[in-house]
Amino acid sequence: MRTLSRWYPPLLLISPTLVLLGLFVYGLLAANFRTSLTDNHTSAQAAGVKPSVFVGFQNYADLLGSDSFQHSLKNLLLYTVVFLVGTMLFGFLWAWLLDRPVRLEGLFRSVYLFPMAVSFVASGVVWRWLLNSNQGEQASGLNRLFQIVGLDVLQNNWWNNNSVGIAAIAIPAIWQLSGYVMALFLAGFRGIPDELREAARVDGATEWKLYRHVLFPQLGPVALSAVVIIGHMSLKAFDLIMAISKPANYQTKVPAIDMYQLKASFDYASSAAVGSILLVIAAVLIIPYLVHLAREGRR
Amino acid sequence: MTATTLTGSLDRTSAPATPPSRFSAWRTARYALLLFFLVLVLIPVYVLLVTSFKGSGDAAPARAWNLPQEWTLENWRVAWDSLAPSIGRTLQMVVPAALISSLLGSMNGFVLSRWRFPGADLVFTLILFGMFIPYQAVMIPLSQLVIDLGIPSGIPSLVLLHVVYGLPITTLIFRNYYQSVPHELIEAARIDGAGMLRTYRSVVLPLSIPSFVVVLIWQFTSAWNDFLFAVFFSSSQNGPVTLALNNLANGALLQNYGVSMSGALLASLPTLLVYVLLGKYFVGGLMSGSVKG
Repeated sequence: MRTLSRWYPPLLLISPTLVLLGLFVYGLLAANFRTSLTDNHTSAQAAGVKPSVFVGFQNYADLLGSDSFQHSLKNLLLYTVVFLVGTMLFGFLWAWLLDRPVRLEGLFRSVYLFPMAVSFVASGVVWRWLLNSNQGEQASGLNRLFQIVGLDVLQNNWWNNNSVGIAAIAIPAIWQLSGYVMALFLAGFRGIPDELREAARVDGATEWKLYRHVLFPQLGPVALSAVVIIGHMSLKAFDLIMAISKPANYQTKVPAIDMYQLKASFDYASSAAVGSILLVIAAVLIIPYLVHLAREGRR
Repeated sequence: MTATTLTGSLDRTSAPATPPSRFSAWRTARYALLLFFLVLVLIPVYVLLVTSFKGSGDAAPARAWNLPQEWTLENWRVAWDSLAPSIGRTLQMVVPAALISSLLGSMNGFVLSRWRFPGADLVFTLILFGMFIPYQAVMIPLSQLVIDLGIPSGIPSLVLLHVVYGLPITTLIFRNYYQSVPHELIEAARIDGAGMLRTYRSVVLPLSIPSFVVVLIWQFTSAWNDFLFAVFFSSSQNGPVTLALNNLANGALLQNYGVSMSGALLASLPTLLVYVLLGKYFVGGLMSGSVKG
């Protein structure tokens, strides 16, 4: 009884959150999964006027078997890879350049990081202009800039390409989040004790060797965080696609866009199935990471 | 890492031990690279600003990168008239959303770090998972639930959703912060016979101001910039500025980039202002939201 009265207050304090997240996260994930196992494909069923029946994993089989959805999954993969490689590359490079004493470091840092404060929708407005696929006389945006600086050969269709167009959507995403990865790596560099650097120098290590053998290996946990966060953010491609290439465009569609389109056409079962597939993709990435963090925390 | 990064300082903790580089060629190259990337990052800003001041006479593609022939404020006026109501609504949305989710997050963080109960770690992990779910996986039943709860579409729904789905991150940041608060402070209050609520109110809460700033900024920015929930739970008549901006930029038959770019700048001003004025805390949010010490 004594222990109960001890634990009662903290549980009470945290109970609003437990109720809200229990319902809005776990309850709804389950409800969504249930809907995805039905034949709820029409507006009458969506409105509850007509009953839906259980069809097992039929919707998943249909989705995964369709060319259209495979295209979305392939797009998501390509987008994630380009986004990850781009942000890690720029983020790391910038952090490395800024790690040594640099005049105006604060200015460089602030400018590299500022796109993070802007919404994808607002940046989508300008990137829609920059990624205009017109070329030659009609070119504006980046294609026109390429002409101006004499790099005409670089002109291309950007997102307006069925096989690799989605990679163009990753460019604004890289622009927005490289600064974030830079901040992570910079915090990582600065978290390494100076004694470690000193010891390596005393041992006669050159700058390059110092980085290669002493500092880079210390950045593992930071790199892991960055990969998980950016990988997870790639699901946010939704905002940028809605702003730049429009949801109806086949070239750049991803599962999140399918989910939106299917819901708009009252095909709730397929829409829910797409959502659950995204959840599985996220879980494969996140659960090992959370378990890893929990273990680290206990140590 | 938590304690040092919460205030968001990426500055060195000590004077740089690196001796001045011997190779000035490498130094020059480094500055050249930094400057090159600076220009690269600022290209979209140039386009936004320049286009926003251009009149219809500047529409030719050949003049795309030129400065305006004739500077005009007309685009800004049109964009402001069109976005002002939604900017007001967004303020009504982000302020309560940020305040409520921060307060709840602070209570959770306190309990999960300093007044623990059996299974607190598991509960924390379950809460944290809510941060990583793709919201697409709850959207269908969520729209039904919001209707069933009788919450009006538009700002009221969005406040609720930003509070609920903001809880994992606010809990995470506060928990990490409270873990860095010295044990002795809280133990002393406990020994003095203070109950949990009194300890929280009179010892923990006053210590929390810096993390409240970090969390409030984080919540303000993410709610202000949200588009996904806005699309599903509001319309351009009752929704936030991201939705209104997207309609402004894509709704018109004829694309008017001058107006949409002015609109994009207007819609970004509040978050940019916060970033410029409180950048230190903004970075703190980024760090504590990701690197768990």
